[in-house]
Amino acid sequence: MTTTPLKLYQVGTFAAGNRLLGPGERTVQSSMDRASCITSGHRACRGCGEALAARVVMDAAMRATGGRVVTVNATGCLEVFSTPYPESAWQVPWLHSLFGNAAAVASGVAAAMRATGRDDVRVLAQAGDGGTVDIGLGCLSGMFERNDDVLFVCYDNQGYMNTGVQRSGATPAGASTATTRPVGDGVGNAFGTGKNLPRIAMAHDIPYVATATVADLHDLEAKVAIAMARRGARYLHVLVPCPLGWGSQPADTVRVARLATQSGLFPVFEAENGMLTHATPIRRRVPVEEYLRLQTRFQHLFVGPGRPDVVAALQAQADRDIARFGLAPEEES
Amino acid sequence: MLRQLEGSRAVAETVARCRPHVVAAYPISPQTHIVEALSDLVAAGQLAPCQYLLVESEFGALSACIGASAAGARAYTATSSQGLLFMAEALPNASGLGLPMVMTVANRALGAPINIWNDHSDAMSQRDAGWLILFASSNQEAVDLHVQAFALAERLSLPVMVCMDGFVLTHAVEEIDVPDQAQVDAYLPAFRPRQQLDPDDPVTIGAMVGPEAFTEVKYLMAQRQLRALDVVTEVADTFATAFGRDSGGLLRPYRTEDADVVVVAQGSVLGSLADVVDDLRETGVAAGALGVTCYRPWPWDAVRRALLGIPRVIVVNRAVAVGSGSILGQDVRLSAPAGTTVSDVVLGLGGRPVTRDGLRRLVLDVLAGRLDGEALTYYDVDRERVAVELARELGDAAPTSGARP
Amino acid sequence: MNLDVRIHGRGGQGVVTAAELLSMAAFDQGLHAQALPTFGSERTGAPVMASCRISDRPIRSHDPISRPDVVVVQDSTLLRDPAVLGGLADAGTVVVNTSRTLADLVASGVVVGPAQRWVTIPASDLARRLLGRPLPNTALVGAVAAITGLVGPESVGSAIRRRFATLDPKVADANVSLAEQARELVTAGDRGSESVA
Repeated sequence: MTTTPLKLYQVGTFAAGNRLLGPGERTVQSSMDRASCITSGHRACRGCGEALAARVVMDAAMRATGGRVVTVNATGCLEVFSTPYPESAWQVPWLHSLFGNAAAVASGVAAAMRATGRDDVRVLAQAGDGGTVDIGLGCLSGMFERNDDVLFVCYDNQGYMNTGVQRSGATPAGASTATTRPVGDGVGNAFGTGKNLPRIAMAHDIPYVATATVADLHDLEAKVAIAMARRGARYLHVLVPCPLGWGSQPADTVRVARLATQSGLFPVFEAENGMLTHATPIRRRVPVEEYLRLQTRFQHLFVGPGRPDVVAALQAQADRDIARFGLAPEEES
Repeated sequence: MLRQLEGSRAVAETVARCRPHVVAAYPISPQTHIVEALSDLVAAGQLAPCQYLLVESEFGALSACIGASAAGARAYTATSSQGLLFMAEALPNASGLGLPMVMTVANRALGAPINIWNDHSDAMSQRDAGWLILFASSNQEAVDLHVQAFALAERLSLPVMVCMDGFVLTHAVEEIDVPDQAQVDAYLPAFRPRQQLDPDDPVTIGAMVGPEAFTEVKYLMAQRQLRALDVVTEVADTFATAFGRDSGGLLRPYRTEDADVVVVAQGSVLGSLADVVDDLRETGVAAGALGVTCYRPWPWDAVRRALLGIPRVIVVNRAVAVGSGSILGQDVRLSAPAGTTVSDVVLGLGGRPVTRDGLRRLVLDVLAGRLDGEALTYYDVDRERVAVELARELGDAAPTSGARP
Repeated sequence: MNLDVRIHGRGGQGVVTAAELLSMAAFDQGLHAQALPTFGSERTGAPVMASCRISDRPIRSHDPISRPDVVVVQDSTLLRDPAVLGGLADAGTVVVNTSRTLADLVASGVVVGPAQRWVTIPASDLARRLLGRPLPNTALVGAVAAITGLVGPESVGSAIRRRFATLDPKVADANVSLAEQARELVTAGDRGSESVA
């Protein structure tokens, strides 16, 4: 009998599915005894990328630690839609910090666990991009440089969404937000601004930095597991489309995230102690336009004469990152 | 044991003996000697298993304490002035979540203009943040209040601020009886949190409370602070029994029985006032002093009772409510029995020394009617200098008395 | 009994330590004592003042010393500032760290009150010889203890050893010798306004 290896790809809604994978290769989410750390009844929007990511991340963390996790959550969408008193969607120990101090509060929790002989209890901080790259940066940098035993997860929907879609330091160039409307000749959010948190994290030489998206469930869960197997300061940056803020279809959340990676605009990689260790090659490269057109926050680039110069600039940015991270596709489709 | 040492050092050793689990430290004058001494003790292994976090800001310091307390650990930090303001967002967060912890505030003026010296504007600016606020009148009391503070915080499940005058007390070297480890262990029970982050018993701490429940939550918080009045007294009593010293409590009266005039104040000024009261009494002036140790919750009834039958009260304010008037003075006015004449004075802002000579002159001036009984008087302001400046700014409209704020 | 001592110098000369040492020595002697520094922002060379009050009764007040019984001037250039001697009691004592004589100081414009007692002592020189550095504070503490007669040499010695306990024992030893030398110089000198060389 001959055997032919078949490559199975995740396509759309996992048509190939976990049924064809051995039990050891299946995702935590596919398991009936996943922790369901954030359970149903929360008030997130339809298609919320952050709600999806939080569920995946927390359940993976629980699996990796045998259920010994507590979480600190910054102010933001996740906190707001999950804890409307007197209800809570959380089935794990959960502490709301403030907006800018999730990292410092988490450091305090980790220190407390250590001081009281409960080192087995792991600490995971969750924040949006605002609470990470802008107002949260001071405390985050402190946590990094002290190498406190915390996994900090940033759910990056590229703006202050809960307060009405304002621009943050993670908003991409060319995007329209409530504070960066493309008025007149304006492009939306200016080029030459913004912060790259994964690279800032790498500059602190912390044990583990990784980026991921909600488009690749296995990858996201695997990175959480890798992170939880280590001690010290760890950072995970997850791209989570926001249908409301991005103006994408709720049903397209996973697809949009995938296009972000396949266009090169969101590089997927891992780093340890400041050095790049792995980058996920683009499987089937797409031009940035294919990604941008699905989101009304970029529609000003295509309406009427549009802004082909901006699109070209974004394409150039993607090309640069593909080169920088070595993301060249392993095959053409 | 009675030793000659610096106030900051004594506080650090006392805090160490309270067996904190987590100490978060960020330096700011004049609290630095406290956190330095604690770091030495940690490095020498005397605080094991305490975790000492060298945080990146005061906001980080209080945040770390919040996390630690929520995780069931005994937490401590110290700050002053600008540092206290930098953690302002976290102050009502700690009290709102009912998290016990202790923080030393080495009282220092608030800028601008920047000023590193002692007054009470820092703690006073945060008086409504929901913390218990205690003022030490001496280094001995500062030491004792820290022990009591941990007991209070954990009994009430509320954060406690222990105030001590920056430089004046923190940097003074004098004889202090620092409680030994056995004494503190016998007095302070192990921390039993009301709730904590625990995988075996998950809770959600810090939910979003909307209009339908917020008022009730706040009402219950306010009631808890008021209950603290009795607990403060109780803790001071048990402390006196255990350590043989009268420290803490709500008020500290000195020769107020049959007094014609009582000076109300907080902090180290009370030491000077005791000398002044003794001097005045020797010259036939029936003066007394009333220290307010527990500023929050404000001890309405105790103050009213203490001032019953006292015709004249002078309040020494070391902080001002800009655009409004005095802070301590207004609290005293509202609590004083009807018919009491209250003279409200500002003294010693930004580290201007409050001297015994000055206090003596103040009492005599008040008794001789040389102060306006109603207005707030900046008693130690250089009237000539400000008159020149006001004349320059306002021309003919400049007031000449300088007696109004 | 109350003795109020005010010490003036410049940042880096150990003014604050001098006040602390004096207070610790007084404590060892069985007296009550309080040392209080005053600070500007940290910088060497800037004028610094510290005070030490000693009493046979517990000290309650923390106000600055406005009427010193003794003023110690660790840096004689500060004598140009009238605030340095401000409030000095009529029969007060001034101890000046200088290698010049009292006559020299007077000749250069320093005013000595009729009832005052001035003692000049080359503390920096003594320190340079014994410590290798011109750090005059322990010598001046020894001198003040001797001049006022309130605090004995054993107490001065024990205070120095305790204060410098974390340093090399030779450092404490040298400082104790320095204080002792200063004490001997003072007690060997004449009463009244004097120079000790």
